Amino acid sequence: MQKRDLISITDFSKDEYLRIMELAADFEKNPNQNLLDGKVVASLFFEPSTRTRLSFETAINRLSGRVIGFSDSSSSSVSKGETLHDTIRMVSNYADLIVMRHPLEGSARYASEVSSVPIINAGDGANQHPSQTLLDMYSIMKTQGRLDNINIFMVGDLKYGRTVHSLLMALSEFEKPVFNFIAPPELRMPVEYKHFLHSKGIKYYEHTEFTDIISEADIIYMTRVQKERFTDPIEYEKVKNVYILKNKMLKNTKPTVKILHPLPRVNEIHPDVDSNPKAYYFEQALNGVFTREAIIAHLMGLK
Amino acid sequence: MEIERKALQVNAIKDGTVIDHIPAERLFDVINILGLFNSQEMITFGTNLDSKQLGKKGIIKVANRFFQDQEINKIALIAPHAKLNTIKNFEVVDKRVVEIPSEIGNIVKCFNPKCITNNEKIKTRFAVISEKPIELKCFYCEKITNEGEIVIK
Repeated sequence: MQKRDLISITDFSKDEYLRIMELAADFEKNPNQNLLDGKVVASLFFEPSTRTRLSFETAINRLSGRVIGFSDSSSSSVSKGETLHDTIRMVSNYADLIVMRHPLEGSARYASEVSSVPIINAGDGANQHPSQTLLDMYSIMKTQGRLDNINIFMVGDLKYGRTVHSLLMALSEFEKPVFNFIAPPELRMPVEYKHFLHSKGIKYYEHTEFTDIISEADIIYMTRVQKERFTDPIEYEKVKNVYILKNKMLKNTKPTVKILHPLPRVNEIHPDVDSNPKAYYFEQALNGVFTREAIIAHLMGLK
Repeated sequence: MEIERKALQVNAIKDGTVIDHIPAERLFDVINILGLFNSQEMITFGTNLDSKQLGKKGIIKVANRFFQDQEINKIALIAPHAKLNTIKNFEVVDKRVVEIPSEIGNIVKCFNPKCITNNEKIKTRFAVISEKPIELKCFYCEKITNEGEIVIK
């Protein structure tokens, strides 16, 4: 069997997205399965990401796999100057699967060329983080019962936010999505993604602030607006309070709408939203464990 | 008349290849990409020659050397209007234009400083996603290097 990796969201076909959704639902019903019994999984975090690492390691443990690795490159041979090439060559001799997070873009694709065992990209710089996208899709599937005909509002930093870019690509594989982008002019959706939607005949609308238009949303996908993204600090001061979602703004929204956020949030979702049943970001994080169990089982041909 | 004067600027060759219509500022990059600095054959070149098409152009004449399409297409990124004349016994026996290949091997640097290829010894690889203007998508970091950002390795 040919080795399969998950580096970019576009490495998977639409059928594979659906297969992951199906498997994730199965793992949600029955999270503890002995599929990785006797297997060793390397969890290589060249930069810290506690949330992602714990989610993957929980998934591996629930599948009865053993975990080796490091949570920060200062505790590995990287601090002695070892190249990524050599680290991956060595670890792929020890482990049956490698989950890696690395600050450099393209590092995971390169590792997949060097490694003899499958690689799962758990984030390569600002480039890709495909397991996040799959868990976002699973959250949409679970709450809306479908991935077709989704009207999604993406809010905040749409310029640098890799999660919104990957989700846009993935949802574009399904029937008639509608995208609404709410962002300050400095952080608008990059033109290449708008061209992509245009070329596929997919509708999108751009807004600079929250209005009653969110009453049409099936999903509101919030992201952080980070101060360091602005060249002019005055611009940040102007917009920082424009993209905060408050409970009263949800009054006219659909009863089925769900609010997603890749977390961690700073101030973009007011805590008064947390108790609203439309808030879904904490459940979304839990869905990550089932989705990652599904990705591992699928790549390793265990299901 | 004009043709005659130009011929005097860079000597004619008996057998070999003439690469004409190279943007003047890219002449030495073309020499590098084709590995001509290692050549034992006679090479003559001129640069900053007047050109109606390019303003200033460069020209290279390599004796006894004949290029495969695959070799010559490597220069398409920096000299997209280059023309190749194959010379046999002072006569032009074949004229070719360069074509941009769909994939570019280890010639260009990725413009993204955070790309793994700029941080570890790795051969770069790009898909050509647009020819006019040239846009190269890095196989590793997936970022796009635009025509104006192309730097030869």
